Amino acid sequence: MVEGHTQASSTEKPAARAGRHAGPLRQFGSNLLTTPREFRDALIRHGKPTSDRARSQTVFSNFFLHILSVRMHRHSLKSATTLGLGVATFVLFVILCLTGVLLMVYYKPSVDQAYDSMLDIMHVVPTGAFIRNVHRWSAHAMVACVFLHMARAFYTSAYKRPRQFNWVVGMGLFVLTLGLSFTGYLLPWDQLAFWAVTIGANIAQSPQELTDALGVTGVFDPGRMQKELLLGAHYVGQEALIRFYVLHVIVLPVITCVLIAVHFWRIRKDGGLVRPASADAAPEADGFRGAQAPRRAAPAPLKTYGLMGLMQGRTPAVNREMRNTVPTWPNALYVIGAATMLTVLAMLVLGYAYDAPLKEMANPAVPENPAKAPWYFLGLQELVSYSAFMGGVGIPAIVVLGIALVPFLDREKEDAGVWFSGPRGRRVTALSAALAAAAVVGMLWFTVRFGWLRNWEATAHVPQIVVTLFNPGTVYVALFALWSIGVVRATGSTRMGAIALFTCFLVGFVILTYFATVHRGPNWDFYWTHSEWPVH
Amino acid sequence: MSETRVSFPESQRFAPPETRRDFLGLAAAWSAVAAFVMAMLGALRLPMPSVFPESNSQVKLGRPEAFLKGTPSYFPQHRLWVFRDEGGLHAISSVCTHLGCIAERGEDGKFKCPCHGSVFGPDGALLGGPAPKGLVWVELTVSPEETLVADTLKAVPAGTVLKA
Repeated sequence: MVEGHTQASSTEKPAARAGRHAGPLRQFGSNLLTTPREFRDALIRHGKPTSDRARSQTVFSNFFLHILSVRMHRHSLKSATTLGLGVATFVLFVILCLTGVLLMVYYKPSVDQAYDSMLDIMHVVPTGAFIRNVHRWSAHAMVACVFLHMARAFYTSAYKRPRQFNWVVGMGLFVLTLGLSFTGYLLPWDQLAFWAVTIGANIAQSPQELTDALGVTGVFDPGRMQKELLLGAHYVGQEALIRFYVLHVIVLPVITCVLIAVHFWRIRKDGGLVRPASADAAPEADGFRGAQAPRRAAPAPLKTYGLMGLMQGRTPAVNREMRNTVPTWPNALYVIGAATMLTVLAMLVLGYAYDAPLKEMANPAVPENPAKAPWYFLGLQELVSYSAFMGGVGIPAIVVLGIALVPFLDREKEDAGVWFSGPRGRRVTALSAALAAAAVVGMLWFTVRFGWLRNWEATAHVPQIVVTLFNPGTVYVALFALWSIGVVRATGSTRMGAIALFTCFLVGFVILTYFATVHRGPNWDFYWTHSEWPVH
Repeated sequence: MSETRVSFPESQRFAPPETRRDFLGLAAAWSAVAAFVMAMLGALRLPMPSVFPESNSQVKLGRPEAFLKGTPSYFPQHRLWVFRDEGGLHAISSVCTHLGCIAERGEDGKFKCPCHGSVFGPDGALLGGPAPKGLVWVELTVSPEETLVADTLKAVPAGTVLKA
């Protein structure tokens, strides 16, 4: 870098100057003595970060920090802006990579050895149980953080122009996170793993419900193709285990890394985090270091934004008040460091306090009863108990696609960066949450009490396609869609409609997940508590 | 919030392909894209198995006369029930047609799936729950050495019996 050079030559060391007229051996001696300093100057090509100029150099001349801008808006650094969820998600991903590689040292992806290697990891390998616990809880926490991060981005309108594409990238990362969890679920090769993945693979086959109804399964069978691609066989076995292993340890993590890089890079290019217009009002005394730049004659800028000036968008330096930005070093690094340490601490405590479960070895002849997927898939499992295709493929596809398209359907510019877009949005959120809760609880009560089409004499023999298209799951989707359209009409705002729809799906997801976790027992029957389950 | 946008004349931003050179260039570029996509799809052919680990789906079940009327036999490793009635022998797979769990046969002869509560009659017909169709009847044959053989991957219409 040019500026690094000029600085190095201006601060030539006296010792080196003295050696210029001496013999080569003395020159060597003095070089040897000054090597640590020279090495440091070669490594860090700027002074201590005591001035704003040196602080900005610290950030942009460091490979690992230059993903951050040299100055950040003070609003971006407040804990209430993001709740640290994005950083936490990324830190969890890093923890998962590190602990995952450690587990790979002992894990053997073979049906004869997988379960035994799990037992080794838990009982023989030094720190094995702890590392596995941390891996397990970090995986759960990452899914939770992705959900919460998405909700935060949604409710603060962070998906709006110019951030539409980054929202879509985020949806991709959401799906990848679930894929990583699902593929990791099979590897222990215990009863839960085997039967949860058997169910998952058959969900992949469930488009047969549609092709059977159309009578074309013989010629066109995407369901069968998906299942065979996933399992490499007709049943879960060695082929499936090695496929899931490859997906879990290399394919999905690599794609996730690439998307994370794009996601972060886009944050920079889209002008940092979203912030409300009020964040640019009078600066507050909030104790950030270097917030008030010294009035001394500033040195010429070492980095200009000339090129970025040609781009549309909101970089902190373009058309923006500098007074509300603070140097990234050290302010942002304190905030990121705090979120990182809290996340790591939480995982270490969880890993130390709670053991990750391991059931008995997989037995293809006897299903686990009930065979429950991990908690974040249980809402879907409740839906597949109505219709495999709709619950497992149709409705998830509609929801993911619907959420990904939100920024293109709602393009209102008002109130970006404000939680719930203000008081009206808070009312819509509360009302939608209450309505969705009432609808889902009511429907669950109805289906538990009276059953559905097949349980009633008049409709006991309706064709499968009727059940596929008309079941509690599709009723929820239709209700939520109608309600959101109603909200758009009543408020005249697409943002309000988006809030209504997103809130309905979020509340529906939470209630279904809770219901399937707590109130579903053997044979997927309803029980108030676990203690009511029949003994078998 | 104000937004900085440098606007170019419309013609400069999306210059429509007008010349022959543009057309040829675009055709070459899109051909390259198409070739790349096809190559990627072709690479997906590898994980699509042409031989399955279970490709020998014919399983020997024993001598046909060993199966008696009124006492159905279960083969857990093949997930198969074998019944004898007036007409002859038939075999029903216990794999639930909903999501692949193993349906259990109760005292009343009905099959119940533990995973999502699908219920099937003694003949495998769908009685309730989320399963899209009844349990699968599989093909039975008698081999030259007088052994009953079931093909676990070959379905036959419900009601098909083997006289043996």
